[in-house]
Amino acid sequence: MKRLWAILIKEFIQMSRDRLTFAMMVALPIVQLLIFGFAINTDVKHLPTIVFDQSLQQEGRDFLSALEASGYYSINYTARNFQEVNDAIDSGKAKVGIIIPPDFSRNLHGGRSAQVQVLVDASDSMSASSAISAAQLLGQVKSQEIIIKHLPGGKMETPYDVRIRPWYNPDFISAYYMVPGILGVILTMTMVMITSMAIVREKEKGTLEQLIVTPLKSYELMLGKIIPYIFVGYVQITLALLVGILVFDLPIRGSLWLLYLLTSLFIIASLALGVLISSFAKTQMQAMQMSFFVFLPSILLSGFMFPRVAMPKIIYALGNLIPLTFYLDILRGIILKGIGLNFLFTQVLALIVMIIIILTLSILKFSKKIA
Amino acid sequence: MYAVETSNLTRKFGNFTAVNNLNLRIKKGSIYGFLGPNGSGKSTTIRMLCGILEPTSGSGKVLGLDLLKDGERIKSFLGYMSQKFSLYDDLTVLENLEFYAGMYSLPKNLKKQRIEEMLAMAGLRGQERELAANLSGGWKQRLALGCAILHKPPLLFLDEPTGGVDPKARRLFWDIIYSLANEGTTIMVSTHFMDEAEHCDEIGFIFQGNLIASNTPENLKKSLPAVLLEIEVENPLERLGEISSRSDILDAYAYGPKIHVLVERPEACTDFSYHQITPSLEDIFVYYVKSQRKGLKG
Repeated sequence: MKRLWAILIKEFIQMSRDRLTFAMMVALPIVQLLIFGFAINTDVKHLPTIVFDQSLQQEGRDFLSALEASGYYSINYTARNFQEVNDAIDSGKAKVGIIIPPDFSRNLHGGRSAQVQVLVDASDSMSASSAISAAQLLGQVKSQEIIIKHLPGGKMETPYDVRIRPWYNPDFISAYYMVPGILGVILTMTMVMITSMAIVREKEKGTLEQLIVTPLKSYELMLGKIIPYIFVGYVQITLALLVGILVFDLPIRGSLWLLYLLTSLFIIASLALGVLISSFAKTQMQAMQMSFFVFLPSILLSGFMFPRVAMPKIIYALGNLIPLTFYLDILRGIILKGIGLNFLFTQVLALIVMIIIILTLSILKFSKKIA
Repeated sequence: MYAVETSNLTRKFGNFTAVNNLNLRIKKGSIYGFLGPNGSGKSTTIRMLCGILEPTSGSGKVLGLDLLKDGERIKSFLGYMSQKFSLYDDLTVLENLEFYAGMYSLPKNLKKQRIEEMLAMAGLRGQERELAANLSGGWKQRLALGCAILHKPPLLFLDEPTGGVDPKARRLFWDIIYSLANEGTTIMVSTHFMDEAEHCDEIGFIFQGNLIASNTPENLKKSLPAVLLEIEVENPLERLGEISSRSDILDAYAYGPKIHVLVERPEACTDFSYHQITPSLEDIFVYYVKSQRKGLKG
């Protein structure tokens, strides 16, 4: 107990002396959240659009202004021929080209289907799909208006009435989805990185050799390297939540206490992972590289960036080995859905199992021997 | 009674044998000097005795405890100081001492008393709040020693403790070692300073992983089956190559305007004017190394 205590005191003193690292630990969540929160925006709006209107009549103009009113398109250029449309999209000036054929109004009035061609630069699939769905939706709405107008008796019920109600984030504000995710990613990055350095730094400086000739137990060293950073993790998540609430109007729908309680599991799991890396690595450089080996899958496979349901089975299963996967469920669940512990048992259990496995591995791996 | 006793202690790193069938005996309460050039296996031996390096084969007893079975228990009873003075640079003198007091679980009142004693011993009173990084060599060394002996270990391993330290600090350090030995601490100190070896009760020569001699400095000198001659020649540096290549001469080196030669019989040098002088430990070491080499070749 005395030994663990001595290590804790030492770690805290060293942390407070290392101003740069300390500043990084505090500044990192704020800066990253601000940058990512603003930059990672999947609501694609105001796509630059070029229009080649061959009909030049009222109906065409109505359609275009409806498109613009949807907010997805801003009609910046008008073309006089097909070539100009092609060029604008090729050069990247425009992401969308809209071509209204000469017989557009005539077809409409004649009760035939009037075609509009929408060219989309799908090299950026995110903007493409937004543009496509917006155009399709608009087409349907417009068609229905006309069909209803032309029906005898004036009105009828739509045969299929599909009503979609997006829960938890009805306005599809991507910050709501992203900010909790970023929170988890930032915690992973700093927690894993800091502790992955912890033991290997002592190896490099030679202080570890002096440490292992003392009666210090392996688990005491591991705990001594983990516990101080739990506090750092809590400082980080508090700062990040504040930024989320103040800057991105993030609603906290569930219990903040539960969030803080379950966060400890994720922090400990990440720290343990870092310690495991540290006991494998021979130099700080190696530790850094191994940390990246943890970051990338965490970002790509956890469901932070891409929906996990779309992943192939094997990749999906791999995602289950990453603590962030479960923490994201917890974060989004509590923050956005406002759910309680009863829906998060699996995640909590998974994190606890991970902690036990990783810690056991690192205590076993770290023998009090050199070479 | 021996504080350290090994039998055929061996450590290999891949194909390289760092320590080869070492049979070491260190009497309780003595100062044992462990001499050898860099890379001869001194540190490897000490690390094995401290229980932080697994021997490849062989066994040993440290303070009556089995090296292989009780490696962890031994650690409470020994002090170890590596050649790098592994202190925490970003902790102060006092914080370093307090940290190691914690590592050895010293009770509160004893901790305070021992830290005071260590500060006094190292001459670091008044510098308690100085960062270890800012201390100069000699102080760093004594602070490292202080951290290693806070818990009054009956056995102390010092691995080249005086590297990079000025002569005055070296003498001060040896004064401390003497007083520790007087209090009954067994000390094993490795060094490649031959003058330091003269301070020891017993000396072990290690060369290429083999213990080639182990005895008191006096006995080693007496046992030397060779004599050291000082010969006078003109242009000693020019003649050195020629003289040292003679088959009956074990070693020759320039010593000021003269040449010192180590020979098995003084008759080998009758063509020079010479007189016999007392060999230093260095000469003895050279003799043992050369005869070891001959033995290896033969």
